[in-house]
Amino acid sequence: MGLAGFEVEVQRETESGLVTEDMTLSMGPQHPSTHGVLRFIVRADGEVMKEAIPDIGYLHRSIEKIAEKVGWHGFLPYTDRVDYVAAMFCNHGWTMAAERLAGIEVPRRGEYCRVIADELCRIHSHLLAAGSMAMDIGAFTPFTHAIREREYLNDLFEELCGSRLTFHYMRIGGVGWDLPPGWAEKVLTFLARFETVVDEYNRLISYNKIFTERLADVAVVSAEQAIGYNLVGPNLRGSGVAYDVRRDDPYSVYPELDFDVPVGRGEMGTVGDCFDRYIVRIEELKQSCRIIRQCLRQMPDGPVIAKVPRNFKPPAGDCYVRLESARGDMGWYVVSDGTAFPYRCKIRTGSFAAISIVQAVSRDIMIADLIAVIASLDLVAPEIDR
Amino acid sequence: MPLDTAAIHARLRERFGETIGDLNGVGRDAWALVPPGDIAEVARFAHDDGELGFDCLSNLSGVDYPKDEAIQVVYHLFSYRDRHWFVLKVNAKRDDPVVATVSGVWPHADWQEREVFDLLGVRFDGHPDLRRILMPEDWPGHPLRKDFVEPEEFHGISTSRESLLRT
Repeated sequence: MGLAGFEVEVQRETESGLVTEDMTLSMGPQHPSTHGVLRFIVRADGEVMKEAIPDIGYLHRSIEKIAEKVGWHGFLPYTDRVDYVAAMFCNHGWTMAAERLAGIEVPRRGEYCRVIADELCRIHSHLLAAGSMAMDIGAFTPFTHAIREREYLNDLFEELCGSRLTFHYMRIGGVGWDLPPGWAEKVLTFLARFETVVDEYNRLISYNKIFTERLADVAVVSAEQAIGYNLVGPNLRGSGVAYDVRRDDPYSVYPELDFDVPVGRGEMGTVGDCFDRYIVRIEELKQSCRIIRQCLRQMPDGPVIAKVPRNFKPPAGDCYVRLESARGDMGWYVVSDGTAFPYRCKIRTGSFAAISIVQAVSRDIMIADLIAVIASLDLVAPEIDR
Repeated sequence: MPLDTAAIHARLRERFGETIGDLNGVGRDAWALVPPGDIAEVARFAHDDGELGFDCLSNLSGVDYPKDEAIQVVYHLFSYRDRHWFVLKVNAKRDDPVVATVSGVWPHADWQEREVFDLLGVRFDGHPDLRRILMPEDWPGHPLRKDFVEPEEFHGISTSRESLLRT
């Protein structure tokens, strides 16, 4: 999308007799705060935006088309690339869809392994979201704290599945490997340390006066607007809607686990502002720790993967599965025509919905606040474009 | 109050009669067919009706079925208020797919419809800003159609390369 078609508004005279006109700026696609290759066309009157029009597609890798070419098992490593900041959830979504179509039941230990991996991945992703948000707003130190903790997690993931980012840990029917010997103890050690780090992090940045004033009352999204735009996950809960797929439409072993669903309370300003979206993620870090502890305590022995034929051909049909990824409710609409290749796979991601609301909430805010909006919505460009 | 799919289907039938197709499938994935021109009205009713209360369009996808000469648009409706689900499907003519837009009902549909337009070439009648969203503006054709043939080059850039490993 070029700048053509976005004509500069006719010059106009202000009350004091100055002649002025709107500026049309191109922000991105290579802008450090856009979290990936992402562009905004900003119409501004001085420092105040009239609107910011998102222009996406720079990271479109036609993953949905690839699904139709590579087969059911073969697509799994590609799902890692849908959202590489939280790859575990994409693994989980694809396997859930395939299992639903074929009627496969995952062994209970396999489900526990999945939930542990998911929740570690949620911490992994939320740390990056919180850290980079602080950095975008101008505080560099919190980012280094977040990345330091994330590095421990990378080590844990590496031991679990041999990979630090694109995990490919799950398989249709379960998970690739059981937890390695001694790994559970390492996770517990990490959690014990990590919970104190969250408190430290809150002292350092979350309730820092400069930080909260930058975020409070900025880009308020009402609950009704959030639902209309289909915002999901922390963005939805930040607007005060207490909905979490894990609790309200449970899958896997989540019904057996006890956890709270934090929602935005308008602590620093209005419910649904940037601060609420941020703090929901911070609170979710602790809930994830709770879930992992319970899983490690109560997971049964047994196999981790069901018997699935190598030549996997689920019966013809379609299904829509949802799971709570780090960016919220992720939907997989998968159609099978009974052959060894998926007929169609549509991935509905949280970031896609989140970026579509930017134009609506960016009216009459400062250009500098656009950065806070992008960061608070936790936009991950590859997940938008797929 | 949450309704089961049979009750939701009955409620839609009550209002629109035979315009709403038969109920197919079971449970969460149960669906009914709606003609392409009527989907906007059905969506408006599903959103506004006190009993149905579908305040959220969870997903909108397009699927190409060349055998049936159709491009199917699938709407997954969800109600946050009542926590119930329903799926509507629309079969558009493959050679000239036009479907009424639901972007006025759920703002989320705006971008989702642009995506279906971009990748499958379905034109959404009444959409305020139907432009390509993921592919370049001047990309030839619609990649998620089953008969799409990848162009050999785009603006002088080759879309394939020789493998260095092949001798």
